[in-house]
Amino acid sequence: MDRKISFLDRLKQGLRKTREGFVGRLETLLKGKKTIDSDLLDELEELLIEADLGVGVVIELIDNLKERVSQEGMTEPEDVKEVLKQELLSLVGDETVPLRANRDALTVIMVVGVNGTGKTTTVGKLAAMLQSSGSKVLIAAADTFRAAAIEQLEIWGRRSGAEVIRQQQGSDPAAVVYDAAAAAKSRGVDYLLIDTAGRLHTKVNLMEELKKIRRVVGREVEGAPHEVLLVIDATTGQNGITQARLFKEAVDVTGIVLTKLDGTAKGGIAVSIGKELAIPVKLIGVGEAVEDLREFDPRLYVEALFSS
Amino acid sequence: MIFEGLSEKLQQTLRKLRSKGRLTEKDVDEVLREVRIALLEADVNFKVVRQFVQSVKEKAIGQDVLGSLTPGQQVVKIVHSELTSLMGGTQAKIAMAPKPPTVVMLVGLQGAGKTTACAKLARSLKAQGHSPLMVAADVYRAAAIDQLKVLGDAVEVPVFSMGADQNPVDIAKAAVAHAVSRGRDIVLVDTAGRLHIDDDLMTELEEIKSAVNPNEILLAADAMTGQDAVNVAKAFADRLGVTGVILTKLDGDARGGAALSIRSVTGCPIKFASVGEKLDALEPFHPERMASRILGMGDVLTLIEKAEAVIDREKARKMEEKLRRAEFTLDDFMDQLAQMRQMGPIDQILSMMPGLGNVKALKGLSVDEKQLSRIEAIVNSMTKEERLRPEVINGSRRRRIAAGSGTSVQEVNSLLKQFAQTRKLLKQFKDTGKGRVKRGRGIRLPFM
Repeated sequence: MDRKISFLDRLKQGLRKTREGFVGRLETLLKGKKTIDSDLLDELEELLIEADLGVGVVIELIDNLKERVSQEGMTEPEDVKEVLKQELLSLVGDETVPLRANRDALTVIMVVGVNGTGKTTTVGKLAAMLQSSGSKVLIAAADTFRAAAIEQLEIWGRRSGAEVIRQQQGSDPAAVVYDAAAAAKSRGVDYLLIDTAGRLHTKVNLMEELKKIRRVVGREVEGAPHEVLLVIDATTGQNGITQARLFKEAVDVTGIVLTKLDGTAKGGIAVSIGKELAIPVKLIGVGEAVEDLREFDPRLYVEALFSS
Repeated sequence: MIFEGLSEKLQQTLRKLRSKGRLTEKDVDEVLREVRIALLEADVNFKVVRQFVQSVKEKAIGQDVLGSLTPGQQVVKIVHSELTSLMGGTQAKIAMAPKPPTVVMLVGLQGAGKTTACAKLARSLKAQGHSPLMVAADVYRAAAIDQLKVLGDAVEVPVFSMGADQNPVDIAKAAVAHAVSRGRDIVLVDTAGRLHIDDDLMTELEEIKSAVNPNEILLAADAMTGQDAVNVAKAFADRLGVTGVILTKLDGDARGGAALSIRSVTGCPIKFASVGEKLDALEPFHPERMASRILGMGDVLTLIEKAEAVIDREKARKMEEKLRRAEFTLDDFMDQLAQMRQMGPIDQILSMMPGLGNVKALKGLSVDEKQLSRIEAIVNSMTKEERLRPEVINGSRRRRIAAGSGTSVQEVNSLLKQFAQTRKLLKQFKDTGKGRVKRGRGIRLPFM
């Protein structure tokens, strides 16, 4: 229970700016209005758009809201907040979706995404999280493209105590993964984390390379990858949906990691992705410290957005 | 793609207005609703959209559209030119210090692409005859200094670093002194990425600024950023006084509305656009092209410019002559192929064509670069005579060519067949007299 409270605090702290901006304005908005009129709905629409939910999703949300307002005969603007909360929750899903784990056998987690979203950092934090919960973790440094990505990962490896399997920069990432899978099996580790190079989803050849990595690890470890996590920066705009769609097509993404939620960005794109593609958010990054990578709890997320 | 391009959508809305000679306020409102959605889909900040739509509305009401059969185009034109003017002119210049060294600070959020942009800028300045020095002042992110060093080696520009234990302010100061003593005329300071709410790091940037007194503070901003772009840009502009913006990751398919948001919030010019992973992929920012992109109208100008940059005019003239006389040979074809390839990867070229910007369309059209290499190999395996007069290529020659190029007889056959068709087509042009093929660009190449 204690842990839950501290986590809520942590999330609240991470989302503080978000809340001040978003809810602060929502509160002012609601308190300033006597009745639910079209101005109120217009302003709500803008608030949601500002959270990067995307204009299509927002229009739908607002339409639902209108319908419920008239159906349920709502007259109090305050009630609108509750309804909005429910609507948002129905979009993000109302249960935490935990990371898949292969009990008593090797679990392979592949981490993918466009450049600069925080893949390597996420792999590092995830390794630390799993190591500290008593699992043995091996990391495959399959970002062989970006300058110093391997070094960055090794630093994370030292911090978390996880071993890093590497080759030199420019080598074939699938070969690194092949080696890492062999090492993971022979050392009997619990988790193999694969850090891949950032790539724009529009680069066909790079997406092919990613498919190859997936194929190779699938051949070496039964049922692998058990989890393919797409890392999305919370500041990402509507392009996030295309990113998610194309990565899903290429490597069958099973979960989203929403990073950099500690800025002023609201990460509303994750809501849209959940709606459009039914990929759940599994982890969120709410700070720069190792322990700031957390399981995503939709209720807490929406609650933290709305509680003052 | 939810949004297929503003112009088509507007055409639909406006079809019913065809008969009208003048756009009324109500018509304009309806049109601007589409414009608003388009801009929001492109991630332009909603406040910026509101202002923008208002100003377009004032301009559009009462516009004479009688001369135009397509009032939709008329409005798109107003929207486009308004967007272009809002984004300012092309200003891909670094403000130089009267007395060197010129100091440039690169700032931005984590993952925006500062370090890469720094190396690209260094490369481009070096190509202009400057002798830049890059400074590794990001002491926080794991291996950031290594990254800059590797990039420094790649672009052959020295990197000044003092390890990760020193204070970035001291590093920056020492770097400028180092530049003076070594006669480097531009100092590029790569600062740590940060979340702009982080006060400590923001303060550090201010300290670096007052220590080295930079001539330029360039903000690296990710083109994929959503509504938050205004907050980011504002935070940096307010605290540091940004002088220019480098828009990164424009080689993706994001519409890049952030550019407009940033521009209107900070008022400072977007100077460069980063368009690829390779270190030469830094281009001057072109407002009119960005406007087209935000509106989903393709980037024809860049395409034309690329084509003009690589097509040798003299050769093109000769080619035109040949085409007129229907003397197109496989040698000419190879020249064409080489020119096409110089323009860059085919998929990148295709993505600039209007209507092909979205990925779905590209998938069907993506040309395999390997296929082009095979075609080249086939033609290279022919004798001079064969290239001039492909009709002499008989069965045994085909086998020899296939073996020589490491391809199959089928591939050789299909190339020859396509080439014959192209020739036939050209002959038809000539015969009907309509064959004005300009600068050799209008030909249908066998692989397209």
